Amino acid sequence: MGRYVLRRMLQLVPVFIGATFLIYVLVWALPGDPFAAKCGDRPCPDAYITAMRERFNLDDSVFVQYGKYLLGLLQGDFGETFSGIQVSELIANAYPVTLKLALVALVIEAVIGLTAGVVTGLRPGGYLDNLVLVSTLFLIAIPVFVTGFVLQVTLGLRWGIIDPTVSAQADFSELIVPGFVLGSLSMAYVTRLARTSISENRRSDYVRTAVAKGLRPRRVVGVHLLRNSAIPVITFLGVDLGALMGGAIVTEGIFNIRGIGGLVYRSILTKEGATVTGVVVLLVIVYLLMNLLVDVLYAVLDPRIRYD
Amino acid sequence: MTDPQALGVAGPAAEVSHPTEGARRGGPDRPRSLASDAWHDLRRRPLFLVSMTLIVVLLVLAAFPGLFTSADPNAGLLARSRQPPSAQAWFGYDLLGRDVYARTVYGTRVSIIVGLLATTFTVLIGATMGILAGFYGGWVDGMLSRVADVFFGLPFVLGAIVVLSTFRESVGGAAGITTLVVLTMSALSWPVAMRIMRSAAIAARQQDYVRAARGLGASPFRVIWRHMLPNCLAPVLVYATIALGAFIGAEATLSFLGIGLRDPVVSWGVMISEARDYIRVSPYLLAFPAAFLAVTVLAFVMLGDAVREAFDPKGR
Amino acid sequence: MPGNADLASETAPLLEVSDLWVEFRTRDGVANVLNGVSCSVDAGETLAVLGESGSGKSVTATTIMGILDSPPGFVTAGSIRYRGEELLTATPDRRRELRGENIAMIFQDALSALNPVYTIGFQIAEQLRTRRGMDRRSAQRRAVELLDMVGIPGAEQRVRDHPHQFSGGMRQRAMIAMSLALDPDVLIADEPTTALDVTVQAQIMDLLAEIQAERRMGLILITHDLGVVAEVADRIAVMYAGRIVENADVYSLFAKPCHPYTLSLLESIPRVDTKGTELTAIKGLPPNLTAIPPGCPFHPRCPIAVAQCREIVPPLEPLPADRSSACLFAEELVSR
Repeated sequence: MGRYVLRRMLQLVPVFIGATFLIYVLVWALPGDPFAAKCGDRPCPDAYITAMRERFNLDDSVFVQYGKYLLGLLQGDFGETFSGIQVSELIANAYPVTLKLALVALVIEAVIGLTAGVVTGLRPGGYLDNLVLVSTLFLIAIPVFVTGFVLQVTLGLRWGIIDPTVSAQADFSELIVPGFVLGSLSMAYVTRLARTSISENRRSDYVRTAVAKGLRPRRVVGVHLLRNSAIPVITFLGVDLGALMGGAIVTEGIFNIRGIGGLVYRSILTKEGATVTGVVVLLVIVYLLMNLLVDVLYAVLDPRIRYD
Repeated sequence: MTDPQALGVAGPAAEVSHPTEGARRGGPDRPRSLASDAWHDLRRRPLFLVSMTLIVVLLVLAAFPGLFTSADPNAGLLARSRQPPSAQAWFGYDLLGRDVYARTVYGTRVSIIVGLLATTFTVLIGATMGILAGFYGGWVDGMLSRVADVFFGLPFVLGAIVVLSTFRESVGGAAGITTLVVLTMSALSWPVAMRIMRSAAIAARQQDYVRAARGLGASPFRVIWRHMLPNCLAPVLVYATIALGAFIGAEATLSFLGIGLRDPVVSWGVMISEARDYIRVSPYLLAFPAAFLAVTVLAFVMLGDAVREAFDPKGR
Repeated sequence: MPGNADLASETAPLLEVSDLWVEFRTRDGVANVLNGVSCSVDAGETLAVLGESGSGKSVTATTIMGILDSPPGFVTAGSIRYRGEELLTATPDRRRELRGENIAMIFQDALSALNPVYTIGFQIAEQLRTRRGMDRRSAQRRAVELLDMVGIPGAEQRVRDHPHQFSGGMRQRAMIAMSLALDPDVLIADEPTTALDVTVQAQIMDLLAEIQAERRMGLILITHDLGVVAEVADRIAVMYAGRIVENADVYSLFAKPCHPYTLSLLESIPRVDTKGTELTAIKGLPPNLTAIPPGCPFHPRCPIAVAQCREIVPPLEPLPADRSSACLFAEELVSR
């Protein structure tokens, strides 16, 4: 198992380099003047531009630039913004908030999704089943920002149950509704995945054996069916954490959450290349690590998959 | 928002079990192919009928907007700014005094075209890579999969924002910006189509009929085109249908963020983005395009669902 | 009702199936899967239910166990009595009680029949823990004993392995061990050796015979393999198109089959002493169960069929020496 993990981590390296290089090129190496908006309405003085280009290695070829950036990354240096703020500091402030939001979303989607999926998987074709299927359809179809707005306006402004925007501390309780919004799409997928998994496995031979052994229905479902059916759902949830963090930008915008979504959005508009690159690099790392974790988790859950 | 990237992992497309080839008894003694079986099944499903009706209506709306409204979607009279719905203007007027109903109707065409084009490109690129990876295996597969992984690692929204904000200024005109948005969405989503096609291709390659064809000396092209492709189409088809809806939604989200389509292009996303700041005072500015958007995406997702269920041999 | 069962079990067979009718209601029509099946098994006896695919033998087994998939399967008539107790009218809870404890079943493909994510030890022990109230350690110990008893070497270690880590034969042994955990009276074995190599087949059949003799169990062996049947069975019930067409003790059946189907089956076995001659096969195909031809279900393929065979469904006629046959020519066949 250890060797497998090691091998996979080595495989991650080219992907990591590829993805981060791609982003680097997109941010830094494309035509366009990075200093267009930096100095107010007037064009920047030449001395400033020369100094900046020196500091940010903009005169080197893109490969050298990237190489230097990578070296810096490996030492934990994410570079700095044009106004001299450490990008790592900006990220360190914003990242925990987004992480909290993503975790809340994950828990909500897991709990609601699994429950709905299991219940309807055991009883397909019923009233509840159709209700759940229709709701998941709606959740998949309606864009997140619409859900977000609707909930913000109704729960926050009309009925006053929650604060329309999230405070700077962003406690877990404040993040419940935004978390629900963020996870709404995935929740629909989890429900469907669980439902399909359960209804397919219901007819499998080992379930038939469990029944033939005279075990109580509750045990047949709870011990035999569930464990096998949960595997694809859990692997989806694992990968989803990274996706949630990457996709939080819309939700953060609506609820005014000071996470990396908002950070990167502002940075893109103000052309703060270092911040953008830094955030995306971080997200790529998270995504790759979660993928690896999920693969390992898969081996733990399913004894047939053991990597030796 | 239906995230185009998530569709491959757990979306309805991923739930399609690999169809086994084979004839079925349809009627007294006629064998039926999986495709015609699926068609017979589809015809009877309410999900399919409802979604197809909606889609046909939307397509008519898109092709012949003039049939539904005589107003010019870009003609604005500031005097009419933000007037609520009335008898002359069913959906009211927007900030610049333009007829919201007309804009919504004309927006149908753009939204659907964007969705259609993005899906086409995504499927073409992704499916080609996928079937090649699945057929050849080995280092070809390894390389193509690594490339796909690289794109997978980039979150859709962030990647789109970066690309679009960089190139936005350089392209002008309606066609330019539309093409840019379409290409960006495709570039970030093709790995999903590739993965789906790849696993279908790998499963198909191991089937005896493919082995037989190769054993008989069929060229790779023939094996892929004639034998593997027909059997790999089902999951990709399901994905494509749902992805269509997803891309329409994605375009709306990007426009909502301000980096997607923009004037003079009229799409629901553009309308929603313009309505953002006025939600509390003129909610109808957001509500109508959002409703059309939701219904459209819903129709395609429903269609995809129906298609998947029809293609599922286990559902017999 | 224990009292009734005790009285009745003095004379009644251990398990008795009488005139069982089962249909499958599908989109393409109603398939008449079981059409009046009757058979029985006593303690210490091995009944082999022999038939081709589609003859209804597995459905008989699952109906006895009460695990018939319903829908689409429905029992429309008949009775199944265990120690005199009628099962078809018993409550679902009562039927569940009997499963594993009194009537157990093993299946053809042990790899899919066992849960892949739990150890063999867990799957054997769970019955002991949940139904006998044993604690974890004793249950585990008993599981090791059972694995040992069925001939799995290194049972102490293997009890912690998962099903996919066993070879085919060992896996089947493990499944047998699992079925014996609660000491059932009746064991139904649904094609237990079909998926195994020939040499392993013999070992498994020997094991089953041994266990059955030791415990005086009633063994119902579902199979299509005549060779297996000849080795192990006491009685054979031959099934065709959802009916029992012949029922006899094993010696009589092989010495003098009294039904054209059985005759044809025996004739189609390749024999070592007839090298160089053509193999005989039964012409035609088994009937489509949604459209069984009128009269005797075998008549389209029967070498001795006459016009009457198309009109009458031959009942299972009792014949001398405790056998029966469902053929209009049964008397002639038995006295030839």
